Amino acid sequence: MKLIGRAATPPLTAAEAPDVLRSLRGRLWPRMLGGLAALALISTISLAMGAAEIPIEDIVRILLSHLPGVDMTADVPAAWQTIVWDVRLPRVLLAGVVGASLAMSGATYQGVFRNPLADPYLIGVATGAALGATIVVVSGAPASWNGVSLLPMAAFVGAITSVVLVYGVARVGNTVPVTTLILAGVALSSLATAITWFLMLQDTSNTLTVFSVVLGGFNTATWTKIAWVLPYAVPAGVIMLLYGRTLNVLSLDEDQARHLGVDVERTKILLLGAASLAAAAAVSAAGTIAFVGLIVPHAVRLMWGPDNRQLLPMTIILGAAFLIGADLIARTVDEPQEIPVGIITAFCGVPFFLYLLRRARGAY
Amino acid sequence: MALEAATAARSDREGVALLLVDGVSVEYRRGSRAIEAVKDVSLSVAAGEVLGLIGPNGSGKTTLIRAITGGLKPSAGRIELGGEEVNRLSQSERARRVAVVPQNAVLPDAFSALEVVLMGRTPHLRFLQDEASHDVEAARQAMEQTSTWDLALRAMGELSGGERQRVVLARALAQDTPLLLLDEPTAHLDIGHQGATLGLVRRICATEGKGVLAVVHDLTLAAQYCDRLVLLKDGEVAAEGDCESTLRQDVLERVYGARVSVFAHPETRRPVVAPSPDGA
Repeated sequence: MKLIGRAATPPLTAAEAPDVLRSLRGRLWPRMLGGLAALALISTISLAMGAAEIPIEDIVRILLSHLPGVDMTADVPAAWQTIVWDVRLPRVLLAGVVGASLAMSGATYQGVFRNPLADPYLIGVATGAALGATIVVVSGAPASWNGVSLLPMAAFVGAITSVVLVYGVARVGNTVPVTTLILAGVALSSLATAITWFLMLQDTSNTLTVFSVVLGGFNTATWTKIAWVLPYAVPAGVIMLLYGRTLNVLSLDEDQARHLGVDVERTKILLLGAASLAAAAAVSAAGTIAFVGLIVPHAVRLMWGPDNRQLLPMTIILGAAFLIGADLIARTVDEPQEIPVGIITAFCGVPFFLYLLRRARGAY
Repeated sequence: MALEAATAARSDREGVALLLVDGVSVEYRRGSRAIEAVKDVSLSVAAGEVLGLIGPNGSGKTTLIRAITGGLKPSAGRIELGGEEVNRLSQSERARRVAVVPQNAVLPDAFSALEVVLMGRTPHLRFLQDEASHDVEAARQAMEQTSTWDLALRAMGELSGGERQRVVLARALAQDTPLLLLDEPTAHLDIGHQGATLGLVRRICATEGKGVLAVVHDLTLAAQYCDRLVLLKDGEVAAEGDCESTLRQDVLERVYGARVSVFAHPETRRPVVAPSPDGA
């Protein structure tokens, strides 16, 4: 059954009521399995492609051999094993985690701000996070404490500061108009980027680290970086997933949400905190990558509707798939050179952004 | 069924006013100065009764509504919902006692009408609990009462102003509360939809024994559909009582500062208020 159509919908009878929910939401599992299949496919292609083309059969063998008690790598070259396990796999996984975090964070910002254009980059959160991370890098503070990286924490402080500032400036009464949010985000972004560049030029010893934070990309991905990100990204993601239904109610205005029994202030703080933590974790590992948080949630909405209970899980899967794919293009399109992955996401994202800006009212 | 249980609980409490506002004042700050928008207002709403709240722009009607829903704290006096002070109730307990149809509700265009009405079930759901079929049934009944069931699967963005207003009313009914608060439910509706909406509220109030507090801008409409009226001026009660005694020419001219004529409706015999042009 077509859910939301322009044609007149036939009246439903009372007997159909239990079926209504299913027809309203569709089934989540088939689309999740479809998404996971796409994710597995793009990941496998990513592991196979690059300077050395490795047959898929050998990739499977290398991966399986890391299970305890399995060794199937007898006739696989040792160089390939290193390339797959130590170079490409961390890169694919990191791109997946970052893509999922950015996409989910974008979906949550859009829900809380009731603004279809909210994206961690466009509202200044990503650049704020980058500034926070940069300050830690150039200050020479220890980058980790008892094995837990402090970079995501510093990025989180930067991200939260940005959210609070941008929200405070852009808020008009009870709403956050599309244009003021983006303008405030762009202005704050410029300032944060300017300070980041200034700090970088002051302290040339860490230029490369800072440069990779600002530009964004996965060419420095390692297993260690994945271990940095997960302790921040996973709890943030779980919080956002748990609040899917509440986020639906928040997409009404705040007064209505309150009248429906939602503790608006507490929920907003929790969700903005989780979204900013996810974005900060992503930025501290992969730098500022724009538009992932815009493209993925809107694609999911266009395909399956706005219910956040399906939107959030789907943005995790498709956000991961999208950024793994974008990174694959970034490192193979101009071989042997790599181009920053942000160029690819911008090429996909800007037309999308302009389209959404044109119809900013109807998109939500 | 949950609906029956709620009805039974409601009749147990009969005798307790659904809403009691007792000597309430509300202040809010604008810049550095405090503005007392509501001063020492008392009113109550019983089951099966429609109370109209009327008064000029800025007389404190919306502020009072916000205080009743817990959005603003009174600086003096008590507000009780079903015998419990409003600020001692949790947000969701409050939402099980009073449903609000706001002025100019912002509604997400992409959600379907049924999804929006189902949001009315929020205060009855636990954390992580999804709507079950009895929630859909409550939504269906509410939508049939407001003639919106045939719009159930249409996106909100495709609906007209009158249809959207009826969907919001259906959401408030699906919330299954003893008390309904309507903040200018007929603003932006044409005369046909105004009458239809208030007539519907009136009927639901009578058949389900709900109490209704409605802010109504249009005095004639208020007179046709409300049992009693409370007239506010500058945050204070200027007059209250049945429609005939509240809507008197001398009272209205004093409160609104304009010349008006009041005469009886040819069918209902209730007051009709019309402006009198200067020099006429």
